[in-house]
Amino acid sequence: MSEIKKIATRDAYGKTLAKLGAENPDIVVLDADLKDSTRTGFFAKEFPDRFFDCGIAEGNMMCIAAGLAASGKIPFASSFAMFASGRAYEQIRNSIGYPHLNVKIGASHAGITVGEDGASHQCIEDIALMRSIPGMVIMNPSDAVEAEACVRAAVNYEGPVYMRFGRYAVPVFNQPDMKFEIGKGTVMREGRDVTIAATGICVAAAIDAAEILKEEGIDCEVLNICTIKPIDEELLIASASKTGKVVTAEEHSIIGGLGSAVAEVLSEKLPVRMTRIGIPDCYGESGTAAELIVKFGLDGKGIADRVRTFVKG
Amino acid sequence: MIMENLKLKRIANEVRKGIITGTFHAKAGHPGGSLSSADIITYLYFEEMNIDPKNPDMPDRDRFVLSKGHAAPALYAAMAHRGYFDPEELKTLRHLGSRLQGHPSMRNLPGVDMSTGSLGQGFSAAVGMALAGKIDHKDYRVYTLLGDGECQEGQIYEAAMFASAKKLDNLTVILDNNNLQIDGKISDVNNPYPLDSKFEAFGFHVITIDGHDFDAIRAAFAEAKTVKEKPTLILARTLKGKGVSYMEDSAEWHGKAPGEELYQVAMNDLEEIGKTL
Repeated sequence: MSEIKKIATRDAYGKTLAKLGAENPDIVVLDADLKDSTRTGFFAKEFPDRFFDCGIAEGNMMCIAAGLAASGKIPFASSFAMFASGRAYEQIRNSIGYPHLNVKIGASHAGITVGEDGASHQCIEDIALMRSIPGMVIMNPSDAVEAEACVRAAVNYEGPVYMRFGRYAVPVFNQPDMKFEIGKGTVMREGRDVTIAATGICVAAAIDAAEILKEEGIDCEVLNICTIKPIDEELLIASASKTGKVVTAEEHSIIGGLGSAVAEVLSEKLPVRMTRIGIPDCYGESGTAAELIVKFGLDGKGIADRVRTFVKG
Repeated sequence: MIMENLKLKRIANEVRKGIITGTFHAKAGHPGGSLSSADIITYLYFEEMNIDPKNPDMPDRDRFVLSKGHAAPALYAAMAHRGYFDPEELKTLRHLGSRLQGHPSMRNLPGVDMSTGSLGQGFSAAVGMALAGKIDHKDYRVYTLLGDGECQEGQIYEAAMFASAKKLDNLTVILDNNNLQIDGKISDVNNPYPLDSKFEAFGFHVITIDGHDFDAIRAAFAEAKTVKEKPTLILARTLKGKGVSYMEDSAEWHGKAPGEELYQVAMNDLEEIGKTL
């Protein structure tokens, strides 16, 4: 996919907010001293009166967002995923989740592709944390087109939403007119032998893996699970019943993320063989995003290697 | 609406009875810090705030956030006597299925402006509401009640910093300064004092009052409305357990309900106070 245009999902987040700001006067945006990085700066430039930099105080920011939502605003609160979901977890749980307030959390720099900053900034547990909050919608877009669709869907949905964006520029492969619905996964490629349920940047890698394995006679079905909560049970069950083997792929810990969510569904509804690709129970480290993706086996080749072993095993 | 102090005192005494009734029937809850804040909450609900119990979501209403959410029995008793619901319902406090959750829940009880209970968070939410008022050029005011023990939470200072930086003069913060927390004296546990100069340093207009003197309470809230481009802190010196002899100035009754016998003692104490009003 090297000839394809690459855009970071955080860019799409910021640009979409700046567009939607004109359409919806209730949208306000909060950041915690990272507006250039999270790209909320695009909104700040267009709508300075509706942008509030809370400084380096993420917990306070989340509760301010709750107060704004309780007063009829649609606040988007942004920081790096590490601090948005980790530092402010309890504020999100008690002041946003519990009262089910209409706060949208835009978490950028998720996963290991933060790169050089190292493990302290590489959030690989945000999906697990957010999944434990009742009523929280979690979306992890696979490219810039889907990221824009997520932001638009979040505005039209009443209730708390966590959106996960990346720092690293990734291939744009979804069509500009793609249909997007919260809670619905997408079949990116049909296959008979094995299902690869992927999310975020691993969707493009899973498609690459399917290409590699096709040459070897392994026919992969690739699912894009953008909404991790509520998860598309119907699609997972339909695909698993066809292939009988499911691999999950995510730029997140294999504990509590997509792999766990899929296992929860299938173990109760349709037990099949499964394997989970992601960050094993460990921290990341400094390096370029591209190097880290290879180290953790989240590129097309890495996923293909794991799927091959799994299918033959 | 200006009320006679005597009327406010009578209502506050009924609110205190409601606190005792609620916690007694719950066999749990936080009477000490509810009793210390009863006069302030009574004043807010009966004189200060522009609210309508029949229309609790009125868009331009004043907002109240009980940041020290464990004082829920005081909030509920004030709301019940103000007409949000039948005071008889206070007996369901903390019971399974009750709208009167152990800590205030906006999804359970209409009129509760923010769900609270985790200390430090309600203040920030009140700041968000005040900010929304400024964005919309509305003239409603936002009130939030903090505990002094709560001022050990770092988030209090994050909220104070932001409220001051954004010049939220529509925000009045009240500090229920009863000097006790569950583990003992505030200054023995982990000293946040001095709180007046701390808030001044954060850019607040600070007014220190006797939190049981309605003239002082009235004057402080009136003064807060005249302050421009700064939030106000009303530092209210209060007595934990106020009105119930054996609970006064005692950390023991921070989070414990009276049994049958002590319930009667408490109600008798409050009946006696009522006779003097």
